[in-house]
Amino acid sequence: MSIQVQNISKSYQNNLAVNALTFEVKEGELFGLIGPDGAGKTTLFRILTTLLLANEGTATVAGFDVVKDYKSIRSVVGYMPGKFSLYQDLTIEENLNFFATIFGTKLEENYDLIKDIYVQIEPFKKRRAGKLSGGMKQKLALCCALIHKPKVLFLDEPTTGVDPVSRKEFWEMLKRLQQKGITILVSTPYMDEAALCDRIALIQKGSILKIDTPDQIIQNYDKTIYDVQSKNTHQLLHDLKNYPTQYSVFAFGEFIHYIDKNEAFNSDELENYLKEKGHQELVIKKSKTTIEDVFMDLTNLKQ
Amino acid sequence: MRTILFIIQKEFRQIFRNKAMLPIIFVLPFIQLLVLSNAASFEVKNIKFSYVDNDHSAASRELISKFQSSSYFVMVDAFSSKKEANVQMQKGKVDVILEIPNHFESYLVADKKASLAVSINAIDGAAAGVTNVYITQIINSYNQKTQSKLYQYNDNSFVQPQSIITIPSFWFNNNLNYKTLMVPGILVLLVTMLTLFLAAMNIVREKEMGTLEQINVTPIKKHQFIIGKLFPFWVLGLFILTIGLVIAKLAFQIPIVGNIGLIYLFTAVYLLVILGLGLFISNYTDTQQQAMFIAWFLTVIFILMSGLFTPIESMPVWAQQITRFNPIRYFVEIIRMVMLKGATFSDISTPFFIIAFYAFAINGLAVWSYKKTN
Repeated sequence: MSIQVQNISKSYQNNLAVNALTFEVKEGELFGLIGPDGAGKTTLFRILTTLLLANEGTATVAGFDVVKDYKSIRSVVGYMPGKFSLYQDLTIEENLNFFATIFGTKLEENYDLIKDIYVQIEPFKKRRAGKLSGGMKQKLALCCALIHKPKVLFLDEPTTGVDPVSRKEFWEMLKRLQQKGITILVSTPYMDEAALCDRIALIQKGSILKIDTPDQIIQNYDKTIYDVQSKNTHQLLHDLKNYPTQYSVFAFGEFIHYIDKNEAFNSDELENYLKEKGHQELVIKKSKTTIEDVFMDLTNLKQ
Repeated sequence: MRTILFIIQKEFRQIFRNKAMLPIIFVLPFIQLLVLSNAASFEVKNIKFSYVDNDHSAASRELISKFQSSSYFVMVDAFSSKKEANVQMQKGKVDVILEIPNHFESYLVADKKASLAVSINAIDGAAAGVTNVYITQIINSYNQKTQSKLYQYNDNSFVQPQSIITIPSFWFNNNLNYKTLMVPGILVLLVTMLTLFLAAMNIVREKEMGTLEQINVTPIKKHQFIIGKLFPFWVLGLFILTIGLVIAKLAFQIPIVGNIGLIYLFTAVYLLVILGLGLFISNYTDTQQQAMFIAWFLTVIFILMSGLFTPIESMPVWAQQITRFNPIRYFVEIIRMVMLKGATFSDISTPFFIIAFYAFAINGLAVWSYKKTN
């Protein structure tokens, strides 16, 4: 096991940020923590990277205890915080050399690991980090986190505030790193990125709602979701919520996702109901379940 | 060791790249030294002098001419009445009114004594005191001269005037040049302020930028980081001292009587106190702004209680006790002793060991609290 978390809790004053979390990440796995802002992802990262002490529970990273062996952990993990935190007034090259030095290594030593990423920013190596674009900053931060060939890589919301193309590129980079045997724990608020992980944990308000592979999570979902669309979306949302057997209704892109309480639900009955309400250009069809649907359902249940 | 050297290198790079801070570090202190040393003067000069002469005699004219020839006084006007002169005093046009009464000369000749009225503007009490001393000196010397003359006139025989002349000898600052006193003091102030502010703001800056968090996840050791961060400012402090001493010698001709190595030895230890204090401040603050305010607050107290502008001996006893905790106090004392008096190590050993102890204590405290907050 690369990461083991047992019953970890942490509260700030009276606010419970992380509530008795337990999960494991296998070696070489790309594990995603999926949850909205304030779910406790960053707190968990800070505990696992030895920046914060948990109130309760134990955790190990790469076989080291986060409290007792914190020193050993610091030399085998790479951490990329959510906020860009490299020296803005040093150049790309100087930042890399600096982090290489404090990890007791050299840029050349693990060059093959970061080569793919580094070549993309190498033309700007004399440029100061503060003057880089968001995507380049992120690549530099990843290089710095990898410079000492860590066994475990922690990425806290690495794609927040990054454009869709760079996001896609970034996930491709992660896949390649994974193939080199690095365990990766990544957090993200974007549900569409969840499908790219080996396994995911859906977390909210400091608790884990579900842990599984993205496919399993979708397959195990027992309810049928319908895409509903009409000309007047606002009215439609209102009318669907008033439908007697509705289980959940929420906007999802251009459609509204509708779930019924009854297993023997007939979409024609709903169609008639909506037509009576005067909806035009009505579309009702079965939808493909996504992680977001499951997440929304699970959070509804909790509330 | 390689790690420490690399952090030091990085730190110097960042200092030299900070375009806003560079002039503050390398230009402003020396301008301040030049300007403040000339401006922060205790000398009272250009005293606006006026008189009301009711006697119009040879004796009164002679007295007035004494004032006219003094370089401290600027003759403003002669007034015909005290009332008129008082109005000008109210307006702030004159600082001193000398009133010579009617029959001044005849009293002087007949009774061998006469009185004078002197009014001094005492809004600035210290300046008024100094002015009074100048006036008394002039009148005294006039007195001695006329006395000897009067004896000769009256007795028709030559009498040796009986008077005691005191010739003060001012040690260590022969000409009572206030710059000799002030320049080393202001230099101390600049070295202290700059190193304290820069050190306090520097580590907080890493906190503010989030880089400290990144650093904390690395296997770097606390002592490596702290030494690497603070060493550049230690060097900077000694650098400012060096330039300051050169300016003191060349621009102000301040004598450096003692061993200059002693000043460096003391400063080297003293800077550890200041850097430790800076580290301590940065441990308890989250932003550069907070660090700045606390550093500023401490500096003001340190300066005013350092004996730089007001002698410690004239403070109330409780305040004198507080100054024992003020590192600037010892630095001011020692730099003056070594530069002007030529003190040797045995002369300054007590304050030296006190400062060494403070360096040890504050750095211990700072390193300890650094651990706790992370």
